[in-house]
Amino acid sequence: MTQFTQQTTFYTEDHEWVTVHGDLATVGITKFAAEQLGDVVFVETPEVGKTFSKGDEMAVVESVKAASDVYAPLSGEVIDANGALADAPEKVNEHPESEGWFCVIKFSDGAETRNLMDKEAYFEFCKGQ
Amino acid sequence: MADQANNSLRKTPLHSLHEEAGGKLVPFAGYEMPVQFEGVKPEHLWTREHAGLFDVSHMGPCFLFLKEGLGEPGAHEKISALIERLVPSAISTLKPGQGRLTVLLNDEGGILDDLIITRMPDENLQGMLYIVVNGAVKQEDWALIRETLGDEAQLQTADDRILVALQGPEAEAVLTPHFPEAADLSFMRCAHVVKDGERYMVSRCGYTGEDGFELLLPNSETGLGYVRKLLADDRVKPIGLGARDSLRLEAGLCLYGHDMDASRTPVEADLQWVIQKSRRARMDFPGAAKILDQMTNGPAQKRVGIRPLERAPAREGTGIHADGLKVGVVTSGGFGPSVDAPIAMGYVRADLAEPGTKIDLMVRGKARAGEVAALPFVKSNYKR
Repeated sequence: MTQFTQQTTFYTEDHEWVTVHGDLATVGITKFAAEQLGDVVFVETPEVGKTFSKGDEMAVVESVKAASDVYAPLSGEVIDANGALADAPEKVNEHPESEGWFCVIKFSDGAETRNLMDKEAYFEFCKGQ
Repeated sequence: MADQANNSLRKTPLHSLHEEAGGKLVPFAGYEMPVQFEGVKPEHLWTREHAGLFDVSHMGPCFLFLKEGLGEPGAHEKISALIERLVPSAISTLKPGQGRLTVLLNDEGGILDDLIITRMPDENLQGMLYIVVNGAVKQEDWALIRETLGDEAQLQTADDRILVALQGPEAEAVLTPHFPEAADLSFMRCAHVVKDGERYMVSRCGYTGEDGFELLLPNSETGLGYVRKLLADDRVKPIGLGARDSLRLEAGLCLYGHDMDASRTPVEADLQWVIQKSRRARMDFPGAAKILDQMTNGPAQKRVGIRPLERAPAREGTGIHADGLKVGVVTSGGFGPSVDAPIAMGYVRADLAEPGTKIDLMVRGKARAGEVAALPFVKSNYKR
């Protein structure tokens, strides 16, 4: 198993960010995504203990406009979810890449990070969106 | 692919204004329309506090008039008798300049569209009606009207013009310097203005629950000039379809194709008030037998307001359960920025239609607590 001794952040084409450390990954949606969605009014975070394969629908974020799926960026088991979002979904708009995190995954295959983008690549990707 | 798809979409006369204002354009009812400018929530709240300008040129304004006898005595009664073949409302009793919300019905009493029919205010235009139908079904509506009314009346479409709605508590103050007639209108009243040979319709109505106006303007530099003047006012912001939807949902107003369609009668849709007494007595509209039976004995299902009691919005299509049984479906749902809570409308079994009745909303397969609520969610602010 790949271990990440240093904290590294990756990005997906679905606008999730993934910060890995050891065999854990914290997941949320990017600032770009939060701005596109507009005011977030509800977040359905995944249940602790659930396992997902990479690409599975894992969480739902609802804005005034619509409901959007959030996909598992890595395969693994959910070991923590951000309960604070239940009462304060606006944290996703205010601090999407810190306090507005969705969940922590204990991931099963670090090699899956190879398909994810680093910050620069993601920045370029967003320009084309 | 994207280019091809966009090429087949129509553009309203305000298209370049939307682009200038930074509108996010999406396909809607065959047109490329702005869904939002600065964001649904701020636009929604702005409209409730100030004045919002909505491009509704994609809708179906038209004029229906007698081919012969315009302005002659009895002309209004004649044109009314013709259109009353398709709608259950009393059109003949409209006063000059008065409009009425009604529905086009099929033979089973199902709703084909909702529309506003206005009697022209001018003496010499008696026998002419100003009608606005929904954009998504305008061609079908116009074909049905032409087919049903036969040779006596002519329908002239006006969807090549500019149609805008100015909505909000400051709408009157914004509009009257340009159209002084606006100040004298009460809710659902209309003025016909002729300036420099160009024609304008100014109607006090809209679809947000707020006071406001709909303006049919000529598709000309002058018409466009008025839109620019309105937008230049500090009290006015351009508003997209996103906020139009959340505003009308808070106001408890039905959206065609969602909260009403050909499978629902006006009684099920809780719109029986569009059927005036005189028409009930005459029973001479499409589906009258079924509709009057439902008015007497009650429909099996009824449109209601719904309040999710948790924070998760219940969107269109969400199943409504009671005691583990499916008893209805959400037909519009989202978040109401002014009520600061999720809100919805939908159909439930008629015995569950009382406000306060507890229901389960099956959001993504999970039962979430909700209750039937009184409509509207936000008190209407019409100028009576």
